[in-house]
Amino acid sequence: MIEIKNLKKSFGSKEVLKGVNAVLEDGKCNLIIGSSGSGKTVFMKCMVGLIKPTEGEVLYDGKDFIHISLEEKKEIRKQIGMLFQGSALFDSQTVGDNIMFPLHMFTNDKLSAKKDRVREVLKRVNLQEDAYGKFPSEISGGMQKRVALARAIVLNPRYLFCDEPNSGLDPQTSIVIDKLIQEITQEYDITTIVNTHDMNSVMEIGDHIIYMHQGEKEWEGNNKDIIFSKSEKLNDFIFASEFLKDAKNMRNIKETGELPDDISDDIKEAIEEKFNIDLDGDGIVGSE
Amino acid sequence: MKIIREFGGFIQMFGGMFRAPENKKMFWNQFMLQCKDIGVGSLGIIVIISTFIGAVSTLQTAYQLVSPIIPKETIAQIVRDTVILEFAPTLGCIVLAGVVGSKIASELGNMRVSEQIDALEIMGINTKNYLILPKILAGTLTIPMLIVIAMVLGIWGGRLAGSAAGIIDPTIYDKGLILGFNPYNVYFALIKSFVFAFLITAIPSFYGYNVKGGALEIGLQSTRAVVVSCVLLLFADYILSALLL
Repeated sequence: MIEIKNLKKSFGSKEVLKGVNAVLEDGKCNLIIGSSGSGKTVFMKCMVGLIKPTEGEVLYDGKDFIHISLEEKKEIRKQIGMLFQGSALFDSQTVGDNIMFPLHMFTNDKLSAKKDRVREVLKRVNLQEDAYGKFPSEISGGMQKRVALARAIVLNPRYLFCDEPNSGLDPQTSIVIDKLIQEITQEYDITTIVNTHDMNSVMEIGDHIIYMHQGEKEWEGNNKDIIFSKSEKLNDFIFASEFLKDAKNMRNIKETGELPDDISDDIKEAIEEKFNIDLDGDGIVGSE
Repeated sequence: MKIIREFGGFIQMFGGMFRAPENKKMFWNQFMLQCKDIGVGSLGIIVIISTFIGAVSTLQTAYQLVSPIIPKETIAQIVRDTVILEFAPTLGCIVLAGVVGSKIASELGNMRVSEQIDALEIMGINTKNYLILPKILAGTLTIPMLIVIAMVLGIWGGRLAGSAAGIIDPTIYDKGLILGFNPYNVYFALIKSFVFAFLITAIPSFYGYNVKGGALEIGLQSTRAVVVSCVLLLFADYILSALLL
């Protein structure tokens, strides 16, 4: 479990994080959402130690990651895997070498065992074995993300951080990556922290969601109750997308008990499927 | 103010560098890779430049020494000493500052911008130790070797040009090379090349490692790294000459 207490970060006079408190639960996909400039990337970088916070604590199973010794920090870092926004693959190394890098660095296994492990994780992220010898520049963005995910999980981490995993990907590939992250979280029973502003991801994998606004935690919940949030700022954020405007309609239906005339059957069906809620012809019956 | 901040940052860079590597084998591999990149990779340009510098030195020295009372051996002596004391170490390292320096700065800058350095940090790797130290060590080992090659080739180039142009007979040239030879000059040139090697690997490493922004900044920082390296190299050349000669 990761616990964040009163996390503050300032760059000069600009306060980017204004005392964030949160608990990121084990075995769940914890999503940090928010619009650009809300402080979610700084928040994540403070959690993994890439940025030193001005004040506050980041506790990994009770150990304060910011104030422990370098050796203790290294031990925790070995339990962290991270998927970067731009994949951050070593461009001079092949896919196989990229994934094998943490194994070379931190294990004394035989080369054959390392190769087997690389093939295993490649298969786990649904990549063919022929990707093994290719360079990152020779594969698609979606494949790069999967290779980066494979590299992040190759040492069986306890914590998986994903910074904008869907950035630059088409909606279909984004869903594939989201599902992969969710499956890996459940399969390896790890604590996953995903930084995103993709509402599809929020609805698909958001077991636990933290909404950040101007450096503060504005809302916390899960993907079942996010669309019923009373936070105006969160509503402005989530209902900005066309599809989710229908979700807003649906919420209005729930509140008024009436379906608007212009809502189509397709939309109704999509809303029911997406949010696991039953609508009948006259109005709302109830959720789940 | 900016210079002081940069100097502070440069000193700070060494803070975390001299710690035991996470994996000695990986560190050794990285060091060998850098030796190959910096040493072998720069050999071609050093061979060409030093040979031509030696050749041109002979021709120009001969052009200026028109007096019949000055023996021909003096040409070889002048070429030998200028190549050993100045041309091979200083000019060679200025060229290497461009070749090696810009490569180091852009490589590290690209790794910084594309979050590859962050990825290494997250894994628990001391990136200063893993990425910068092998470059500095490889530079300080291979660049003096390159300078020794440059000295030999510079002198050989002078001999070749002198003989081809009919200015000086190779036997007289060889005789001139031995005449009044002071081994301390080679020692001095090696000290210089060692200091220059440190400058042309450490300064670009600092600028590359601390790139902020995108592709444009990588280019700007690479250029800056080369310019600063060259200026400091010339300054160090003056200081060392004043102190050691």
